[in-house]
Amino acid sequence: MEAASTGTKFQLRARIRGLIDSGATILAVLSTLLVILPLVAIFIYLLLKGASSLNLDFFIRTPKPVGEAGGGMANAIVGSATLLAVASILGVPMGIFGGVYLAEFGRGTKLANAIRFTADVLNGVPSIVMGIAAYSLIVLPQGHFSAFAGGVALGIMMIPTICRTTEEMLLMVPHVVREAALGLGVPNWRSVLSITVKTASPGIITGCMLAFARVAGETAPLLFTALGNNFWSTTLNEPIAALPLQIYVYAISPYDDWHRLAWAGALVLIVLIVLAVSLVRYVTSRGVLKGAS
Amino acid sequence: MGVGIEVANLNAWYGSNHTLQDISLNIPANHATALIGPSGCGKSTFVRCLNRMHETNPIARVTGTVRMGGIDIYEDVKPVEIRRRVGMVFQRPNPFPTMSIYDNVAAGLKLNGYTNRKSLDEIVEKSLKNSALWDEVKDDLKKKSGASLSGGQQQRLCIARALAVDPEVLLMDEPASALDPVSTSKIEDLIFQLKTQYTIVIVTHNMQQAARVAEMTGFFLNGRMVEFDSTQKIFTNPSDKRTEDYITGRFG
Amino acid sequence: MPEIHIAHPQFQPEPSVTAEQRQAASAAQEPSEVRRFLLSRGNSALADRSFQILMTLCALSIFGIVALIAIELIGNSRLAWHSFGLQFFFKAYIDPYTGLPTYWDPVNGHFSALPFVYGTLLSSLMALMLAVPLALGVAVFLTEMCPNFLRGPLAFLTELLAAIPSIIYGLWAIFVLVPLLREHVNPWLIKIFGWSGLFSDDNPTGLGFVSASVILAIMILPIISSLTREVMIAVPHSQREAVLALGATRWEMIRMGVLRNARIGIVGAIILGLGRALGETMAVTMVIGNSPEIHRSLLANGSSMAAVIANEFAEATNDLHRSALIEIGLALFIVTIIVNALARLLVWAVTRGAPARVN
Repeated sequence: MEAASTGTKFQLRARIRGLIDSGATILAVLSTLLVILPLVAIFIYLLLKGASSLNLDFFIRTPKPVGEAGGGMANAIVGSATLLAVASILGVPMGIFGGVYLAEFGRGTKLANAIRFTADVLNGVPSIVMGIAAYSLIVLPQGHFSAFAGGVALGIMMIPTICRTTEEMLLMVPHVVREAALGLGVPNWRSVLSITVKTASPGIITGCMLAFARVAGETAPLLFTALGNNFWSTTLNEPIAALPLQIYVYAISPYDDWHRLAWAGALVLIVLIVLAVSLVRYVTSRGVLKGAS
Repeated sequence: MGVGIEVANLNAWYGSNHTLQDISLNIPANHATALIGPSGCGKSTFVRCLNRMHETNPIARVTGTVRMGGIDIYEDVKPVEIRRRVGMVFQRPNPFPTMSIYDNVAAGLKLNGYTNRKSLDEIVEKSLKNSALWDEVKDDLKKKSGASLSGGQQQRLCIARALAVDPEVLLMDEPASALDPVSTSKIEDLIFQLKTQYTIVIVTHNMQQAARVAEMTGFFLNGRMVEFDSTQKIFTNPSDKRTEDYITGRFG
Repeated sequence: MPEIHIAHPQFQPEPSVTAEQRQAASAAQEPSEVRRFLLSRGNSALADRSFQILMTLCALSIFGIVALIAIELIGNSRLAWHSFGLQFFFKAYIDPYTGLPTYWDPVNGHFSALPFVYGTLLSSLMALMLAVPLALGVAVFLTEMCPNFLRGPLAFLTELLAAIPSIIYGLWAIFVLVPLLREHVNPWLIKIFGWSGLFSDDNPTGLGFVSASVILAIMILPIISSLTREVMIAVPHSQREAVLALGATRWEMIRMGVLRNARIGIVGAIILGLGRALGETMAVTMVIGNSPEIHRSLLANGSSMAAVIANEFAEATNDLHRSALIEIGLALFIVTIIVNALARLLVWAVTRGAPARVN
């Protein structure tokens, strides 16, 4: 009697546990679907709205005044490229060299751990704060907004990202390769640059691409450094247009024609970014070093 | 042209591990010397002390003197200088993965700033011939990467790379342990030829290999050198009981 | 270089190579051109030393950047700090005519960051409430349930979500999400929860905290889920097997074997998501409504710390206004540094010892 009731209780319990298990599975699947949904929606809208507004004018014309149809973002595209160039002159060497320190010289030291930690924390600092810093550092003393200030803001943001990916890529270079170079009596600096960094270069380059992609879409730090410009900029000392800034201005405007241009700009931006991310994924999954080790 | 190596009271630490204790021996010029012993006995550490590679690890430490052709390598020169005079072949083939076969062989010269192209071509050819790899790779010297070769070929490429800098001493740390028997016998033939021109120190866990290629053999155990003598004496009539036990396979 | 032959007392080489061969070999060996060249090269100690110093300086620049940001922000917010002190973050001004509280009135020189602090905290916390359960679900699905062929593509998709720039989320939110919420979700919220006063129907735009929180949730989801995934993967397999061996179902295994062991890391992942939400600027600016007020209704317009800086900084011509905005930036900087440091420490505590993962 007693035994039987224990048995049914046990069966009931097992049944409930099974139900909870299925319930949890369903919830996990559902939340995954729910998360993918906005991503898919964003891409569909970008493709639909962006592709229909994208034409040759977009790439070769500058913005038209309010009320006139047409115009493009040629100056914004060139502006973004300019800003990225300034940013990488600052960010790429500093980031890569910092990564070289972490992987080749500081390995295991307290200083390297502290730098690594600070880099990760710096990565989480809002980009608008970088904008304020570049503003106080350059715009305020100079008295005017400039492409240079925008580039510096973006460059500062690239340093910690590039530094960390470079370190990770260098750590993937087998130790025996470093030993081979040292064993030949090659000076350390030469061995690091010509052997270790060169071996990891596909990974380091894609890491830089990823950093490009990230800052290429940044808007907040440019709002009060590069400021934006409806015309061509000729020097780094004046305000300059940038793709994300232009998208922002057009998106919050009340004009349909501008909204269309904003979507087109967003499509261009996202294609760039998806390409970079896919490239990074391709390179890292294939292994940075084909044939090594 | 090889030079002799004179080692006195060499001690090495790895962290708090005293991996080499009071090693003293004289390695003759232009002959092959084999170092045998069970794994972990310190023989690899010993050869790494001969070109100051041991100290590339931050927790490693060395004391004692090593004189090579009259120069105290720990006192008179910087590590890079001594490593240019001492070639090293590692346990696992380690060609530079991003370089062609040609660039791999020329690496030691190019990376040290040697620019004479014509002379480089000759040196690469000579080194590859000396390492018995020339015939297998001569057609795609600059096309193929060093990493595309087979394991045995890679190891001979590494030997060619070490020979290209015309070293006075060639250190080999178990050069055949990662290779198949055919490749191994090729490497052994190579050592046999090279020992007329270079002072060769070869670490091996394979006693037959030591007996085949070396005139002198040292037996290491637990960080100490138990016995150092002519190969024939070591393998036929060792003076130390522990050497005899090891040779006859009683332990290790 | 003098060549010294060292005689070894015991050394009697076996004549495996004939003496003549040896002699010939020695005779042929003058120091070669290569050897002479290499001997002429210096030890490059100076180059090596300078190289190491240069690399170290570049790495140290990370500290420099943090210090520089701090110095600039502190220096340029001093005016606001002297004028308002800590009250800056708590004070409300009472308008003498209407008797209503006002907080932020650049024209009359009234500056209080209270509505922005409120807006930032409220939108971030609401975003966390929406995102955390979903992110955990995704992480659990990806690590424990997902068939292998789906794992790669799904992980890639979440990675892509993390790489989409804020401005594109904002664009999409303005033209797709906000109308959707306005037409289909908000009326329903007002109908069911209207009595609480949290959802009043006096804002026809659809902009406001709800919209901002939803877009923030979408943006921080990938961060939380990918980090959660990382800490879950770091849980040793033996832990799972131990629980399974006791006859547990898969969910019980996940709950007791995985989530329990990874909980510190998961908290870290959530805090990291919070850090991102606190500083998120463009998307929030575009949908939060940008009015420096505090309302009970979550459907009302509001603003956030980052949003007010984005909106007003370029046009802030008077020094006090700009200084007040920089002080808000400083507060944001300090808070995000603390939050991120905390999160990193928690995640490290769990994944330490696990193999390093690239990207």
